[in-house]
Amino acid sequence: MAVLETQGFKLDNSGKRIVVDPICRIEGHLRIECNVDKKGVIQNAVSTGTMWRGLEVILKGRDPRDAWAFVERICGVCTGVHALASVRCVEDALNIPIPDTANIIRNLMHSTLYAQDHLVHFYHLHALDWVDVVSALKADPRKTSELAQSISSWPNSSPGYYRDLAARLTKFVESGQLGPFRNGYWGHPDYKLPPEANLMAVGHYLEALDFQKEIVKIQTIFGGKNPHPNWLVGGVPCSINVDRAGAVGAINMERLNMVGKIIDDTIDFIDKVYIPDLLAIASFYKHWGAIGNGLASTNVMSYGEFPEIANDQSNKSLLMPRGAILGGDLKNIHAVDLKDPAMIQEFVTHSWYKYADESKGLHPFDGVTEPNFVLGKGTKGSKTDIQEIDESAKYSWVKSPRYKGQPVEVGPLARYIVGYAMGNPEFKEPVDMVLKKLDVPLPALFSTLGRTAARGLEASWAAHKMKHFYGKLMANIKAGKLDTANVEKWEPSTWPKEAKGAGYCEAPRGALGHWIKIKDTKIDNYQCIVPTTWNAGPRDAKNQIGAYEASLMNTPMAKPEHPLEILRTIHSFDPCLACASHVISPDGQELARVQVR
Amino acid sequence: MTETFYDVLRRQGISRRSFLKFCSLTTASLGLSPTVAPQIAHALENKPRTPVIWIEGLECTCCSESFIRSAHPLAKDAVLSLLSLDYHMTLSAAAGEQLRANAHETIEKHKGNYILAVEGNPPLNEDGMYCIYYGKPFVETLKKYAKDAKAVIAWGSCASWGCVQAAKPNPTNAVPIDKVITDKPIIKVPGCPPIAEVMTAIVTYVLTFDRIPELDRQGRPKMFYSQRIHDKCYRRPHFDAGQFVEKWDDEAARMGYCLYKVGCKGPTTYNACSTTRWNEGVSFPIQSGHGCIGCSEDGFWDKGSFYDRLTNIPAFGIEANADKVGAVAAGVVGAAVVAHAAVTAIRKASEKPGSTKPEGK
Repeated sequence: MAVLETQGFKLDNSGKRIVVDPICRIEGHLRIECNVDKKGVIQNAVSTGTMWRGLEVILKGRDPRDAWAFVERICGVCTGVHALASVRCVEDALNIPIPDTANIIRNLMHSTLYAQDHLVHFYHLHALDWVDVVSALKADPRKTSELAQSISSWPNSSPGYYRDLAARLTKFVESGQLGPFRNGYWGHPDYKLPPEANLMAVGHYLEALDFQKEIVKIQTIFGGKNPHPNWLVGGVPCSINVDRAGAVGAINMERLNMVGKIIDDTIDFIDKVYIPDLLAIASFYKHWGAIGNGLASTNVMSYGEFPEIANDQSNKSLLMPRGAILGGDLKNIHAVDLKDPAMIQEFVTHSWYKYADESKGLHPFDGVTEPNFVLGKGTKGSKTDIQEIDESAKYSWVKSPRYKGQPVEVGPLARYIVGYAMGNPEFKEPVDMVLKKLDVPLPALFSTLGRTAARGLEASWAAHKMKHFYGKLMANIKAGKLDTANVEKWEPSTWPKEAKGAGYCEAPRGALGHWIKIKDTKIDNYQCIVPTTWNAGPRDAKNQIGAYEASLMNTPMAKPEHPLEILRTIHSFDPCLACASHVISPDGQELARVQVR
Repeated sequence: MTETFYDVLRRQGISRRSFLKFCSLTTASLGLSPTVAPQIAHALENKPRTPVIWIEGLECTCCSESFIRSAHPLAKDAVLSLLSLDYHMTLSAAAGEQLRANAHETIEKHKGNYILAVEGNPPLNEDGMYCIYYGKPFVETLKKYAKDAKAVIAWGSCASWGCVQAAKPNPTNAVPIDKVITDKPIIKVPGCPPIAEVMTAIVTYVLTFDRIPELDRQGRPKMFYSQRIHDKCYRRPHFDAGQFVEKWDDEAARMGYCLYKVGCKGPTTYNACSTTRWNEGVSFPIQSGHGCIGCSEDGFWDKGSFYDRLTNIPAFGIEANADKVGAVAAGVVGAAVVAHAAVTAIRKASEKPGSTKPEGK
């Protein structure tokens, strides 16, 4: 094709094509294809979501009070976020305010997920992009201990601790069975950490694996299990009883003490392990502050989260602010309204779905989703053996959502940019601290490195907010405000004949919205636009590219056949493809068998 | 040096004496001469960790997430010492070509000796292209990797039954894996997700005893799936006494009464939630105030609302009496319990006799 110019990028697919399928260490199925020029610099990037489950089709005709359980199964990594968006959209449709104490428990469960999910992402889904496991074998345990103690007061840092770890790791590698570390990109020239930093990080990889399962116990206490805890339209399912007979079958003092302890441990782990590791590792990768910008310096959006005031989703209440930035103008924060039909729309021009007029986008209340799996003429291979995809035609199971017609990035970095632009010190001060510590300028924030750093800062923010919510919960219990559910409109006989509502949720990966139409007490239409749809979506009717594709542009690759650089930037978004690729037929028609042209 | 099965057991704190005893028992259970025991011991002492290829179809990764929540063994120890997790989309360092090579090398080198773990399921509509793997239908990879596997583990309700994407109208025609893998032993470990420690217990069982656990007629390990949540529920005495939660957060909810009338599916759900519990035994759905939604049962999405009382489910014999039970009519409680027992008896009778070994051995 000719060079395609959009948003200041020049897309040129004439160079060597690289295919990475599957992208590992993500949720779901994602394929990335890139063209690199002779110098190994990416000149064209193509993001293909490779799965579709049709979940919202399945919701049609069901009880709206059940919807949370179905949509929760959209994702088991960011577990619970869809359930939260779902109960909120049903409550919005039916006008069900929830009790203050239920709101606090929801905030506590949600901030718990932030802490755990970000921790798992950093160590288990992202760290191996920066940490060379094999190099760690060369580390001197004593020096590793010195390094660890110089950056943190975390107690597992003695020379003996690292000697044991090195011995175990050596034995593991020498077994010849490297398990998940097998065939990694070890020795790649852009692994920059010294062996001691690698060993320390591997140690924390294992410690974080042990610790993450502790954090989620808070969700287990209030929701009964994790992954996939239980939620409830009108509040939360757990009742509180700290005084009387039967307290053993409810949230009681023993349960609350366990929650309190886990919160303290979580703050400790994040502030003494995650944050120091993040800063230490980042200091060797400052050059990644100039790679992977994509849309970050221009277009970002946040729906906001953590309502301090129950049932109030204005910025007066939201601890994490709502807003959008367009064209890099940090002085002008745009309002975001999930119900405004002109503000949020989805396009399918390059997605495997069909609209009557694909030059236009549709708001989720009026959306249409009919699968249409067709491949472009330029596809190499066949319909069931795609070797190279043709991005000039349809090429993804993910749709292309747009805010006021423009692609935006969502996620921790987007939230920190919105918070920073608003001058909110909770977001501005930590960002300035990191920039200062790394001695990099503000533009370095808009990068792969900035995305990964923002997530770490946010994990710490969330852990401290857990403590805040816990304090509020205890104060409410002390004041006798025990109500956890509003059941006034539990019975469908109390509902209007027709209703519609929108439910927001800032998930760990970004802005998540659910839209519901209820008719005769059943779901008439259900739509979700999820964070990874915003970030991973393909081109739109105007050929504007989304965040993934934009962020890969102009990335230099040391060894294109070893796609480490692609993984770094894509992982910096924390992809969740099962979330991204599912849709509904809003008129409720069963999907016709798809014709292939 | 290759770490062997024996090394691993030793590191798990198992003595040589116990190990040899285990070898003798294995010999006996296989009906072999006692003289074979040293050979088995030798084989195990020199056997590398069993390779596991873990693939994901249409799913949400809740099974992988649950697996890493395991407290005993720790997921860390399972991955480093128990098995060799050669291919795992959520944990592997390698991607693309390098990740595929991991699977292909393992299949080549360990033909007939690796375990295939499947999370999620294959969609069959659209020639399988609702789940694209390496540019091809996922179902192709599934069949290919299963071909030379020693055994297949179906993680969770997706692989076991179909789960949420297979709920009506199942737009992608997602099917449980036993619809496309028909010539291999499949261990079904249902649940959405399964309990972490149940997952690792099943893996440990297979690797330690070198055999597949005894399965019920639906393919589930009897040790974790032969009792209903209701059978061992700590709120059961409230059911028997006719003390029920009527509305969310009512006085009865705060007293921890039975959730049957607000839709609990514990009476028809076979799983270990009320005994093993979740997240290192911290709680389980009923303990935290919400009824069981029956997530380990086949087709649980299509059995009515999660808040419908079980009256709507055929073959459950208590429905006519539920409200009267709520009114604490003692005689009715008795009848309810009898009806309940009858259902148990029918369910038991309808199960085929287990495989050759008697229970408890």
